[in-house]
Formats: sequence, structure tokens, C-alpha cells
Amino acid sequence: MTQHVSPPRDGTGKAAPVDGPPPAWRTLTARADVRTLSLLGVLAVLVLIGGITQPDAFLDTRNLQLVLTQASVIGVVTVGVTFVIMSGGIDLSVGAIVALSSVWATTVATQEYGFLGILFTAVVVGVGCGLVNGVLIAYGAMVPFIATLAMLASARGLALQITDGQTQVVTVSSVLDLGERDSYVLGIPPLVLVFAAVTVIGWLVLNRTTFGRRTVAVGGNPEAARLAGIDVRRQRLYLYLLSGLCCGIAAFLLIVLAGSGQNTNGNLYELDAIAAAIIGGTLLSGGRGTIVGSVLGVLIFTTITNIFALNNLQSDVQQIAKGAIIVAAVLVQRRTASTH
Amino acid sequence: MAPEPPLLSMSGITKSFPGVRALDGVDLDVQAGEVHCLLGQNGAGKSTLIKVLAGAHQPDTGTISWRGEDVTLRSPIAAMRLGIATIYQELDLVEHLSVAENVHLGHEPTSAGFVVRGRAAKASTAQLLKRLGHPEVDPGRLVGDLSAAQQQIVSMARALSHDVRLIVMDEPSAALDPDEVDNLFRIVADLTAEGVAVVYISHRLEEIRRIGDRVTVLKDGRAVAGGLPAESTPTSEVVALMTGRNVAYVFPERPAGPPAAEPVLSVKGLARQGEFEPLDLEVRPGEIVGLAGLVGSGRSEILETVYGARKPSAGQVLVDGRPLRPGSVRAAVRAGLGLAPEERKAQALLMLESVTRNVSVSAMSRFSRGGWMDQGAELSAARAATRELSLRPDNPSVPVRTLSGGNQQKAVLARWLLRGCRVLLLDEPTRGVDVGARAELYAVIRRLADEGLAVLLVSSEVPEVLGLADRVLVLREGSVVHEAPARELDEHRVLDLVMEGSPAS
Repeated sequence: MTQHVSPPRDGTGKAAPVDGPPPAWRTLTARADVRTLSLLGVLAVLVLIGGITQPDAFLDTRNLQLVLTQASVIGVVTVGVTFVIMSGGIDLSVGAIVALSSVWATTVATQEYGFLGILFTAVVVGVGCGLVNGVLIAYGAMVPFIATLAMLASARGLALQITDGQTQVVTVSSVLDLGERDSYVLGIPPLVLVFAAVTVIGWLVLNRTTFGRRTVAVGGNPEAARLAGIDVRRQRLYLYLLSGLCCGIAAFLLIVLAGSGQNTNGNLYELDAIAAAIIGGTLLSGGRGTIVGSVLGVLIFTTITNIFALNNLQSDVQQIAKGAIIVAAVLVQRRTASTH
Repeated sequence: MAPEPPLLSMSGITKSFPGVRALDGVDLDVQAGEVHCLLGQNGAGKSTLIKVLAGAHQPDTGTISWRGEDVTLRSPIAAMRLGIATIYQELDLVEHLSVAENVHLGHEPTSAGFVVRGRAAKASTAQLLKRLGHPEVDPGRLVGDLSAAQQQIVSMARALSHDVRLIVMDEPSAALDPDEVDNLFRIVADLTAEGVAVVYISHRLEEIRRIGDRVTVLKDGRAVAGGLPAESTPTSEVVALMTGRNVAYVFPERPAGPPAAEPVLSVKGLARQGEFEPLDLEVRPGEIVGLAGLVGSGRSEILETVYGARKPSAGQVLVDGRPLRPGSVRAAVRAGLGLAPEERKAQALLMLESVTRNVSVSAMSRFSRGGWMDQGAELSAARAATRELSLRPDNPSVPVRTLSGGNQQKAVLARWLLRGCRVLLLDEPTRGVDVGARAELYAVIRRLADEGLAVLLVSSEVPEVLGLADRVLVLREGSVVHEAPARELDEHRVLDLVMEGSPAS
């Protein structure tokens, strides 16, 4: 019978930092940094590829301005979607809300109220759709997937009804001017500045406010959040309002960018936004994610699209590449995060 | 020593996770037909070891030999093929499938290779359930509709539906009533009589004495003692091995007399249809009131209803004489109630977050102005609260999931301390907390009461209620059958009451 007794160690529990391996919290923060760094690395590689394959066209200032402008619309949507996903929800209706907001804000009647009328309408329609989503999900106990799927269908339908399939050209010059080179600030398009502002505000809200904490708590463990005294339903409502607000802002940016409103706007934005959030490290089950990661995800996707377009590759190839990137990103993250 | 090789022999098993060395050269020998008990505090490495044995984790180094031959347990299926079955503490059943479907999950009896023979599955399931002493469970019922004890039987039936030679049971008695535990022991005895080996994990020493043959003690990822005789090794030696020090199961001293203050919590006629009968109770500041009863006596339901997490069908909860809005957790929290729920990980903790954020989650408004968090103030308040409870490690920035069970419980208590709560509701406060850390937790709870908190305590461990509470309400099937100061009761009497329900005599 074997029996060996080793000297007892101190009984501080398993988390006591032992000699040698670093304490768990350090590896945790290190891992978050690794994720951000690896996304930056991917972006750098893409820029390198773009610079090598199309040295003149890609690195041209105008092209870079275009890439960032294109990223701005989907980027603003993605910030809102990141909050929703972090809370354990999903918003499939963002593309349709962008479409509805953009056409509602560009009807002849709305355009009579000028710049503010268009901005106000886009935002209110976005928030209104978010309110419907939020009430159905938070207080109607509907599954987010289904409620926002229904919103996707209805909002697209309503957008088609409003436009009757026509492109609604914007005639308000102050809106159109925002997209002109004259209004660039230090070479940066105003749309990009809006995107930057939304990103910074999103980061602050997520990391420095009670709203952000509640979002993470609701996403990480809704039952624990409820028993800790958090109003989980109200928080869910607010999150879909926030997503709708971001859609409204994005719709306005799209109006500026396209100079028109169309019922086909925002097509498949929901998939792009969710994909960007996921490659940025947001956990689809909720509780973990970063704004920086999501924004880097958006930039990666937009850069790829641009490089493919410059190299005259068709959009079908782009779609395949996007799919491959999503899979690769998730696989890489699984490796770096395989602690359990 | 048996001349033939042991059924299972693990030697020099190590397994590291980032930042943690979970197993550090563990040896384990299991003979056919024996009950080999695995003892150790939480975090000692028991779970990791059985996951290695189940093929769920791959060891970094070390060898496993099965009936004398070296094997690699590449996956749970590989382990299953050898005849190793594991019954985890958290049952891995599919709630939306029937009992028979669960039992045969992955190896359904089929015709022509793919047509499931439902009737054959049901018949063999019924036979297994009968063998396990639960013929009343209908193989066609959905697993989600069964009680916890019945689900465990289903889990065991699933293990036995394979050709098993070794069954690992991870705290199988944790969710069972005494009757059920007797049945479990009978099953274990039957299995070993057939030559099946059982690796049995439990916190309860008396169980190990009753059914165990040999004991291996783990501490900090090492086997500090292997193959001790289960019956004759003195408890003090086992506890000493587990904790690395001699620990008596001590309860803190009670204050001299009952507190004179007005009750802060009053419950009047509170009831929930089908769960518990109208209940009256009062808790004063500085007092610990205990609810004792078996699983199914309505203990947790009462606590959660008081807290507003369940809506009562009748009655009122009053704090300082003011009724709370029924069924509202937020109203309860605002009035000064705090709950440390039974399922800490599922119901209380944000496992991805740091200790600080777990502690501050109910008191965020204290550190925010206009929704803006003052993270410095938050951290120092969390540090103060966790220090006051001597939470280890003394660093509130670590993720809460790296803490031991006892320290996770302290994090939950710190949350309510920070909130400034006045009534603490404790549901199984020492569940999953190792023996060494319990006494400390008891002392913390008593100190909080001495500082003026009212505590309502629920526990399935009668000695815990008797040792910690000032006043005890004994529950049986949803009704209070007896109420008395704790010092007038003993364990035997309480067990009589919860089983027989006989009135005080």
C-alpha cells in the first residue's frame, strides 16, 4: 500500500499566486491585449497587401478617406450591435432600420424641414424601431432573434412602401455639403469624425458608466444580475433603444454619403455588424466584448472590400474571403482563450 | 497487495492551466470491486483529476494504465469504451428528452442501423431503473420534469447502460435526502459486489466511513496520502491532511441574550401555492434565524419568495413594518435585503468579471454620478469590504472565477456589505465550501450579525443550522413544524421532526 505524505502548504486556496506562472488576472489582461494586437496586426498586413498590390491607388489619400468613410456607416451600427450582443441579445434588424430611417428622412415632406429635419427624422425613426424591438423583447418576453427578425421584415417592407422602389434624391444642400471635400477637417471627412465620436462615447459608456456595467452583468449572468437588484428588463429595453439610435445616426451618414435615401440601403448590415463584433472578440453568448475590437473588425472588413475592389475582384470572392476570415478569427480566439 | 495489476493506475499525472497548476504529480490506484474515495478541499484538484480520468482533459505528463496496459484517454468516448463512466455533480442530461432517450443517448438501440427502437430502449431503461431502486420513474417522461434525485438516478442508469468497470461519482449525495442516500449506498454496494470499481468523491466524512474501502487525499494538486484505509483512519488525521492543519468544526459563540430591538424583517402569512404553507417569522437585528429541513421542504423557495425573486400567492414581507411590493427583487434590495443564493455561480456571480465588479454590482450608484463610475472609489470600497471579510487572495482585481468556493461566498457577502444591507438571506452558505474554510465563514456571519445585521439562514446541514442560528424553524413539506431557540435542540431531535413531523413534546 503506497502512502506518502508531503509537507502541507499554506491553505489560501487555489488562486493564490504560486511562484512561476503569473497570476490569472495578468494573463487575462494580457489576453485582451493580445486580441487587440492581433487585430491590429491583421489590419497592418491588409494595408501592406493593399500597398503592394496597388501601390498608387490604395495608399492614395482619397482612397483612404473613402475607406474610412465607408467604414463609418457600418461602424456606427456595429457599436450599437456590440452593446446588444454583449448583453446576450442579438439585433438582426439594424440594416432594415437603417433603410427605413434613410427613406423616411429623405421624403419630400421631410426634406422641407432641411438639415435638422432630416437628422431628427433619421434618429427618431431609428430610436422608434429600437423601442419596438426593446419592448417586445424586454417586456413581451420575445426571443431577440425572432423579435428583430420580425422588425427586419416589417421595416424593409415599410421602407419599400414609402419609396415605392424609387431613389429619393436629397436636395438639401447643407446635408450634401457635409460629404464634400470642403468640409473635411484637417483632411478628415466629417462622417469619419462622427464615427470616431461614436466610438469614443461607446467605449466610455461601456467601460466607465453604470450603464456599461449593467450591460456586462446582464449579458454575463442575467439571473445573477436580477438577484443583485439590477432591472434587467429595463436595461434590455435601453440596449435596443441604443442600437436603434446608432442605426438612425448611421442612416444620416448614409444619406450624406449617397446623397439619397433608398429602401435597399443597409442591405446585410446586420451580418456585417455581427461579424465585425465577433471577430473583434465579442462573445455571442454575452458578457464579454470590446468596442475597440468591434471597430477594428469593421476596419478590417472595409479594407478587404476596398483592396478587392481595387484589384478588380468580384464581390462573390469578397464574400467568400469574409466568411473565411470570420472562421479564422474565431479559431484563433479559441486558441488564445482556451483556459477552460 | 493483489498479485494482479490494479484495474486503474494513474501515476505522476500533472495538468496545468494558465496561472494554475491543477495537478502536480498525482498517483491513484483503483482495484476492481473497491470503493475508492477521493477527498480534498475545493480547488485541491479532484475535479481536474476525474476529468482526466473521464478523458475530458488531457494530462500534461504522467501515465494511465488500465488493467496493466498503458492507455491514452483521448476523449470521453475513449474512456467510455474502456468502461469508465463518470457521473458529474452538475448533471449532464438533456431536459427536453425522455428518460429512455437520455439513458441511451449516443448508443440508441436501432434496427437497420438508424431506426431507433423506442420500445426496446424503454424496456431496458425500465430494467436499469428497477435495478437502481427507482421503478416508479417512467422511461417515457421528460427528464426536465423529474426531481433532482430522480435525475441523478437517470444519470446513473445512463452510466450503467454501458459495460462499465469503473464509475466515478462526483459528490453524488449532495442533492439527496437521507432515504435517497441509503439507496445510493445500496447501489454502490451492488456494483462493487459485481466487481465494478467506484471512485467516490464527497465532502462528507461519515459517508466515506460507511461505504469507502480506501481513501486518497488531494491537496493543492498533490496526493498527500494515497490508499488510506477508509474505516480506521482517524478523522483528525484526514482533516489534517486535507487542510494542512488541525481544524475543529467550530461555531462562533452566541451573544448572551436575545436582541431587544424591534424585528427588522417580518413575514406574515407568506405562502406559495404548492411550495410552502402560510409562514410567519420575524428576524431582529443581530439575530440569526435558521430554517432547517430536507430537500423539498420549501427552504430555498421561502427564501427566494421573501427576497421577491418569486411571487407569493399570499402574505406579506415587511421591513421595518413597511410592506414590500410582492415579487420585486428591486424593492427588496432597496429596502435593505440581500440574498446569497444557493447556486453561487449560476445565481450570484459574474464569472467573467473581477472580484471588484462582482462586489460593487449592487451598489453602483454609490460610486457613480450621473451614471459615471468613479473606479478609484469603487476599487477602494471593494477592497475595504473584501478585507473586512478576509477574502483571499487580497487583491480585488483577480477574476472571481479563480477564487475558491469559500472566497466566492465571501465576495457575495461583501457585495451586500458594500450595499449596506440590513437583512441577509443565506441559502446554503457553505455549499461547495471546504471544511477548513467553513469555520471562518461561520465566524464572518456571526460577526455581521453582531454588527446589527438580521440573518435568515437556510441549510440542509442540520449541525450548521443548530451551531450558527439563535433560533430555528423546522420545516417539513412546506410547513413549520417546530420553532425553538437553537440551544434547546439537537441534531437527533431536528431529524426526527423533519422526518416525522411530530409536534414538540
